Amino acid sequence: MAHEINEDLIKHIARLAKLTISDEEISNYMPHMKKVLNHFSELETLDTTDIEPLITPVDLKSYLREDRAEKTISSEELLKCAPSSIGQLFQVPPVI
Amino acid sequence: MDLLQADFTSLTEAVRNKKISAVETTQFFLNRIENLDKNLNSFTHVSTTALGDAQLIDQKISQGDHIGPLAGVVFGIKDLLCTKGMPSTAASKMLRGFIPPYDATVVSRLKNAGAIIIGKLNQDEFAMGSSTETSVYGVCHNPWDLARVPGGSSGGSAAAQAARLTMATIGTDTGGSIRQPASFCGVVGVKPTYGRVSRYGIIAYASSLDQAGPIVSSVKDAALTLEIICGQDAYDGTTSDHLVEKFSQNLNGNIKGKKIGVIKEFIHHIPDARIAESFQQAREAVEHLGAEIVEVSIPLTQYAVPMYYLISASEASSNFARYDGVKYGYRTPHDKSSNLSLDDFYSLSRGEGFGAEVKRRIMLGTYALSAGYSDAFYLKACKVRRLLRQQFLDAFEKCDVIMGPVTTTPAFKLGEKSVDPLKNYLNDIFTTSTNLCGLPGMSVPFSSTTEEEHILPIGIQLTAPHFQEQSMLNFGYAIENTQPAKDFRKLKPYVY
Repeated sequence: MAHEINEDLIKHIARLAKLTISDEEISNYMPHMKKVLNHFSELETLDTTDIEPLITPVDLKSYLREDRAEKTISSEELLKCAPSSIGQLFQVPPVI
Repeated sequence: MDLLQADFTSLTEAVRNKKISAVETTQFFLNRIENLDKNLNSFTHVSTTALGDAQLIDQKISQGDHIGPLAGVVFGIKDLLCTKGMPSTAASKMLRGFIPPYDATVVSRLKNAGAIIIGKLNQDEFAMGSSTETSVYGVCHNPWDLARVPGGSSGGSAAAQAARLTMATIGTDTGGSIRQPASFCGVVGVKPTYGRVSRYGIIAYASSLDQAGPIVSSVKDAALTLEIICGQDAYDGTTSDHLVEKFSQNLNGNIKGKKIGVIKEFIHHIPDARIAESFQQAREAVEHLGAEIVEVSIPLTQYAVPMYYLISASEASSNFARYDGVKYGYRTPHDKSSNLSLDDFYSLSRGEGFGAEVKRRIMLGTYALSAGYSDAFYLKACKVRRLLRQQFLDAFEKCDVIMGPVTTTPAFKLGEKSVDPLKNYLNDIFTTSTNLCGLPGMSVPFSSTTEEEHILPIGIQLTAPHFQEQSMLNFGYAIENTQPAKDFRKLKPYVY
């Protein structure tokens, strides 16, 4: 697969990733992405017909802990980590 | 007691028998950090509560109360792990000032075992890198040669351990981030089997690859650490209930008649003569101990780097969606502007908070997961991942453990590799397969080379089948007690 990495595509990816990037960053990312993706194209030559993707590397039995109430971290403590909060709420700038 | 030489066993015995106090031990290492870390920049935060914690241990001992098996052992923790009440920032502007209200399971288990947490250790931002040059706190230096990198991403852990600024450290390994810096700094580093150690409270990079493990001075200390930190955890559904053996009690160094695999595709293409020579010496050393070398073929290892970067970048782009400038972490100062859209608020917070390498990988991962491309990139990489794991499992039918180099070169100079990201990525060729397949791996200091009058350590890597840490540690113990490893251990870094 040929990878058409141009300025518009980089801007599109940045929008999807919710990243504000500068013009300088755009021109830095372009050659890098091109180089890396072309290198990664090596994988395309491998036959993977009928192979299931391996998402997690060890076949672990999934298990659930007992559903019982226990005291964990209080909302006050968690809210202390927020850049801004009011009472029991996270504060965000007016966006509507 | 010589705290520069003490191992866990001698220290904990001395603390229990009141030959030395936990407070004296902690103070000794606090003094070393104060005096020596200005050369290294290995710590991002030094604990203000460690002496108080040590005092509690001493009190328990004098009252005859129960104390844990690691009582008095001083640990430094990679900044990627959450430590209650202590900054935990992943060495990123994004999390600068973040003080978590809880401990990672690894940290709480160490504390419950009586360990003292002395501070947080430098790393590449969000564990993305192999040189500890992308940290918001500045670069970390290699204690053997200050002009060189300590490796990464757990570079602060390896540097602090080699310079003996602490008795033990914890690092994390997503594609080699424990084993590579351990090799560059001449210390022991272990990445456990995926699922052995809880990831709860470890700031996520790539969740199907991340594992925490010890970076310490000896294989036995690594074994003792693993006995504490391994095991199922209700807070991480991917942890295994596999039995956690008393790893330290079963180290005898007897590898006679055991089979050691060497990967054909790696060993005939070691690009650096110094690494190739060290590996040849290691082959001879284990044969001398009565082990048999078996050549195994794992052709897909040559695709490990592209597979690793596609999968890790994809997982990172998803994991990092949590940084939104709302719940914790960095928020753009433009949030006061009245005409800021929600999208702009998120994008500015993230664009300003993340460093260059992190953004580069989020971009790559977002592309690899985006509509129209995820089949070609992410899913394709995951399919090859399954084939790679099968090739490793087949190879382990023929051998007990696989031995190989850890790195393509000894520690490189600061600034030398950061210009071309692809070149940096390709250096991870020997370490990434282990994570992709979820296998346990370790780096054992083995030999050294001299460059510009500086000694540079070279490690040997061991990889074992899933959950075979015991066997792997025993091979490591055998190698540690053979030549030239024994002579290497007598050498001291420039900063010590």
